[in-house]
Amino acid sequence: MSEFVYLYRGGQRGASPEQSEQIMQKWVAWLKQLEDKGHMKDRGQPLESEGKVVKGDGKLITDGPYAESKDIVGGYTLVQAKDLTQAAELAKGCPIFDRGGLVEVRPVMEM
Amino acid sequence: MQVEEHLFRRESGRLVTALTRIFGLDNLALAEDVVQDAFCRALEVWKIRGVPDNPSAWLMATAKNRAIDVLRRQKTAQRCAPELERLFKSEWTLVPTVSGLFDPSVIKDDQLRMMFSCCDERLSQTSQVALVLHLLCGFSASEVAAAFLAGQAAMEKRLTRAKKVLSSSKHLFDLADREFAERLSSVQRAIYLLFNEGYQSASGEAATRVELCREAMRLAQALLDHPLSATGASHALCALLFLHAARLPGRVDAAGELLSLFDQDRARWDAGLIERGRRFLELSASSDELTEYHVEAAIAALHAAAQKVEETDWAGIVTCYDALLRLRPTPVVALNRAIAVAQAQGPSRGLEELERIPDSERLAGYPFYHAALGELERRRGALDIARGHFCTAHALAKNAAERRFLERRIEECSPEMSLTPVPAG
Repeated sequence: MSEFVYLYRGGQRGASPEQSEQIMQKWVAWLKQLEDKGHMKDRGQPLESEGKVVKGDGKLITDGPYAESKDIVGGYTLVQAKDLTQAAELAKGCPIFDRGGLVEVRPVMEM
Repeated sequence: MQVEEHLFRRESGRLVTALTRIFGLDNLALAEDVVQDAFCRALEVWKIRGVPDNPSAWLMATAKNRAIDVLRRQKTAQRCAPELERLFKSEWTLVPTVSGLFDPSVIKDDQLRMMFSCCDERLSQTSQVALVLHLLCGFSASEVAAAFLAGQAAMEKRLTRAKKVLSSSKHLFDLADREFAERLSSVQRAIYLLFNEGYQSASGEAATRVELCREAMRLAQALLDHPLSATGASHALCALLFLHAARLPGRVDAAGELLSLFDQDRARWDAGLIERGRRFLELSASSDELTEYHVEAAIAALHAAAQKVEETDWAGIVTCYDALLRLRPTPVVALNRAIAVAQAQGPSRGLEELERIPDSERLAGYPFYHAALGELERRRGALDIARGHFCTAHALAKNAAERRFLERRIEECSPEMSLTPVPAG
């Protein structure tokens, strides 16, 4: 088993509390079945959409991280899977696709 | 941990109330925004971290923190409730004051005040009920629209207009106000209408409407929690709602079809609710005041006391209707009285009473009037005439369950069926 990070990018938030509640229920169900199948390493955290970027020689601090909301990482989860193919396959169940977002699947580097 | 259904609906009434008390009634929109925002943020966290053991407490903590943020940011803008402004201006008192306003017993009293604010006499009764559902029961505009079988756009407009009226005052209604008694009766009326809205069409296909009945029962009980509003009439209202709600499980058969009071399986009536209803009715006699709620509850109690239709004390019910007619002389009450007379003294006497109703032309558009005429004619054996009345009622019926009920009656009165007329009484 290897470890992978799911980076959740973009995906519209619910327009009303009732809608947000439905979206949340789907996420809870999806993450629970990953857990039940033994793929969950760490549920990770949701992230605020605002932030700062520090870069360059001058260590310039700017508001960031991205101009485009569809690129913003909204959260991450750490999973374990046989290989990258299986990890990507498991990500297909993520409810983020209903809301126009995407899941970036990245293997954790191993020594 | 799974989150309960309608968590937002349950919590938003309390949170919007607490925040309205903090920001002032004139900042109702801000209070609603903060609640929505707090809720959506909580869900963003829960969707990845999972739902905590006590989601209500989490929501409340989130709303409280957002409120403190808003007050810190807008300290100079003087957007908060005037009597609290001084306390909010100092960091020493800000947090304890806000926390105090989120105390469950404080929220409970404030919710009562909010209910009184919603029943402002400048608003139509429909707007009052819509506002209560929206602000205190957490129904979204589209859910309120569905509850009233109204269009969403029209309901949004109605709610916006109603909120504008509310926000012309800074404070929630003060229970010590000299208009208290009048306002209390508006509140009772709104709760009664809310219950009726749910009860009239609480059939299997519209199960959500039973929720309206439940909300009305919850609000009516809230009146009993405060010494000022726990009057005889409030107890009578509770009695009425509980005794009627007890019959809900019997109102539809296994196939979800509506059953008349005469055809219901009384074993399915909720004995617990009947018992509580009776208890409320006893307590309602604490003062000399006799309201429509008292009489209607007494009628419901007489129905509830009969194990079978034949055991009903119809003479007692006619006496109650006589009293109700004095309190509320409307054709609909007279119609119900005539039906009770028919039960006590036979269909011909009932028909006489129906003919005698003054302003009966006001009943022309009321499906139950024609259904009652049809029912009494049917029992007299005049099937042709009965059929005509049932057809008129059918054309006026407001929902599918009612129409199907009437279709069965029309069929029973059709010539190819040779039905023996039901004996009188």
